[in-house]
Amino acid sequence: MNEVARAHRGVTARTETYLDWNATAPLRPAAAAAMSAMLARCGNPSSVHRWGRAARQMVERARSAVGALLNAPPEGVVFVSGGTEANHLALLGCRRQRFLVSAVEHDSVLRAVPEAERIPVDRDGIVVLDTLDDLLAADPRPALVSVMLANNETGVLQPLTAIAAIVRAHGALLHCDAAQAAGKIPLDCDTIGADLVSLSAHKLGGPPGIGALVVTGELELIPLLRGGGQERGRRAGTENVPGIAGFAAAAVAAAEELAVYDHVRALRDTLEAGVAAIAPEAVVLGASAPRLPNTTTIAMPGVAAETQVIALDLDGVMASAGAACSSGKVGPSHVLEAMGVGPDLVGSTIRVSLGWDSSEADVVHFLRAWSTLYRRCRGLALEACAA
Amino acid sequence: MSEPRRPNRMPIYLDNQASTRVDPRVLEAMLPYFTEQFGNSSSSGHAYGRIAAEAIEEARGEIAALIHADPRELVFTSGATESNNLAIKGAAHFARLYPRSGWPRDHIVTLATEHKCVLESCAQLEREGFRVTYLPVEPNGLVSLDGLAAALGERTLLVSVMAAHNEIGVVQPLAEIGALCRSRGVLFHSDAAQAFGKIALDVEEMMIDLLSISGHKVYGPKGVGVLYVRRRPRARLLPLIDGGGQERGLRSGTCIGIGRAAAIAAAEMMDEAARLRRLRNRLQTGLGRRVSGLRLNGDVERRLPGSLNFCFPGIAAIKLIEACPGIAISTGSACTSASVEPSYVLRALGLSEADANSGIRIGLGRFTTSEEVDFAIDALASAAGRLATEAVAEQGGAPI
Repeated sequence: MNEVARAHRGVTARTETYLDWNATAPLRPAAAAAMSAMLARCGNPSSVHRWGRAARQMVERARSAVGALLNAPPEGVVFVSGGTEANHLALLGCRRQRFLVSAVEHDSVLRAVPEAERIPVDRDGIVVLDTLDDLLAADPRPALVSVMLANNETGVLQPLTAIAAIVRAHGALLHCDAAQAAGKIPLDCDTIGADLVSLSAHKLGGPPGIGALVVTGELELIPLLRGGGQERGRRAGTENVPGIAGFAAAAVAAAEELAVYDHVRALRDTLEAGVAAIAPEAVVLGASAPRLPNTTTIAMPGVAAETQVIALDLDGVMASAGAACSSGKVGPSHVLEAMGVGPDLVGSTIRVSLGWDSSEADVVHFLRAWSTLYRRCRGLALEACAA
Repeated sequence: MSEPRRPNRMPIYLDNQASTRVDPRVLEAMLPYFTEQFGNSSSSGHAYGRIAAEAIEEARGEIAALIHADPRELVFTSGATESNNLAIKGAAHFARLYPRSGWPRDHIVTLATEHKCVLESCAQLEREGFRVTYLPVEPNGLVSLDGLAAALGERTLLVSVMAAHNEIGVVQPLAEIGALCRSRGVLFHSDAAQAFGKIALDVEEMMIDLLSISGHKVYGPKGVGVLYVRRRPRARLLPLIDGGGQERGLRSGTCIGIGRAAAIAAAEMMDEAARLRRLRNRLQTGLGRRVSGLRLNGDVERRLPGSLNFCFPGIAAIKLIEACPGIAISTGSACTSASVEPSYVLRALGLSEADANSGIRIGLGRFTTSEEVDFAIDALASAAGRLATEAVAEQGGAPI
């Protein structure tokens, strides 16, 4: 955890370990600097005078930088207010009649088209390719398939290249929510093979409130927000110039520093090994599948996830009971349920996600807190903890 | 007299309707959230998230106070365009899905001079089968209340009228419109992107049900806006973008920015308005003295303190702007300023195409000084004089 955050007056715990990077990542210094610079300057990118032209130039430079993250041409990048809007624009704007979404998609995809058909996943959370093929063959209407690149709760990676081949064979469109993967693994829009890719800035060290939908081909979108014709008519509203600048700076930094995830992977593996050593009955979900290097989803059987998160927080360790979006509300994870995880484990699983600033000390701190909690729960009557 | 040179400097910014500079005090309030308190405020389990969430609720309170609303009635959005799209399409879609009365309510009334994002939202609804009445305005840019009353029918669900105009600056009679709408059981939406923080707005007194607010028009950041949605009697909307239950990723440093901007406006709005009116009068009088036939577009009295829109007779606006590189002004809305079409707003006031093509928008703001105003008067008047002489010479020299 960075020192500035530790030093903040409102935070009282002696030591703090942030292990909820999939919820949001700290703003990268380069992004903060780019945003501060743009906030100090005025100008609407649509204005033709010099103030406006300067803002426009910055936005177009940023468009190239964000496109480069995916090796995509800048003209396909549509800046939006975040991953949620990107997913909505992809699904609601693609002019398709039929929607197939994987059962482990983020809420923002599931809620965009509630009537969408669900593509089942296997025990590891990976889309069942044969079923996808059958579903597409069963109905000839023009379809859009939406499959995320990396799952936000488990980090499990989908075989997008294979999925794209099936989708293309049926003449359907493919959307890929890459919000969680971007900045953590190398990305290439040709390898992903999707027509539409969603990105979120704050997951890779940019600010919240900005994201992009990348259109890799010639697809014409129906805009969600109408008005002044910005973003080539695909998304109206004055461009969030500081947000866009911060996004671009973070994207550049993330791409340059991708190698740090070798270290993050080692830390994650140490953490998982530590957990297994403390509690042989603990389960890491999705462990046998290809995963993001930073994410682990750990079940401590018999101990409610909320109890674990609160206990860890009291010890200064910040993790989450699932997706941050839903951590305020109670209810089992639809991701784990789709993977066929039994109700006993679903309710006792937490997500631990690391980032570029994570250290050995963070892992040690987590293991100490997790072990204390585990021993306390073992020592007590089990039913007292499992409530 | 030719325009003095201002080498290596950006032109004087007189386009405060397009966007305003972030107030340094707003920036100061935002910066800690860039570096220290990064938490995703919906990660309520841990300390950073809680601190950020508290600051955002404080911001919500500051914005609510400025329009006399309950903080729970405010929704953060990505900007006024989203607020307007959400208000209009959200209300229409809700009315279609849950008909309140025994008959369908599928009619919307708005003005021909509304911002593009209101007109485009309405056009989208027309394609979906809704009926939209685009009311003309009086030559001074104001709505005719009798015309509005006559346009309302039993199927009308929503009236959308901009509080203060982005091109001509006129302020509509909001309380009268609100009372009329309330008495007829029609929702009243107002796009207050230009008005918020510049003039007094009171959603209770004005009986406004839905109010759109923008951050970057009130010395706050871009990328954030607010929609006020009345709770009693409840204005109901269907969401446009349905995330995980929270206000998407939008609850962030930018929300704290717009909150601070609202707090500053609450404290300083009256003094600032008086100062801007003085500057505006200085500009209007100064230009009027030197440019013959100069005409102000929009009502003389009922206008935003810092907003002016002039026709320079016989001079194409685009030429005048080119001739004044030392000042940043525009022909109208920034969204359409790259277009060669004359302003649809000026045309709606009854101006000829030639006159509409000579319209210039000038927006004074918090950081405009009287020296800048004097510079602008001189630059515009000199350029107008030159261009008028050239035009006469061209006409004189033309073969008959």
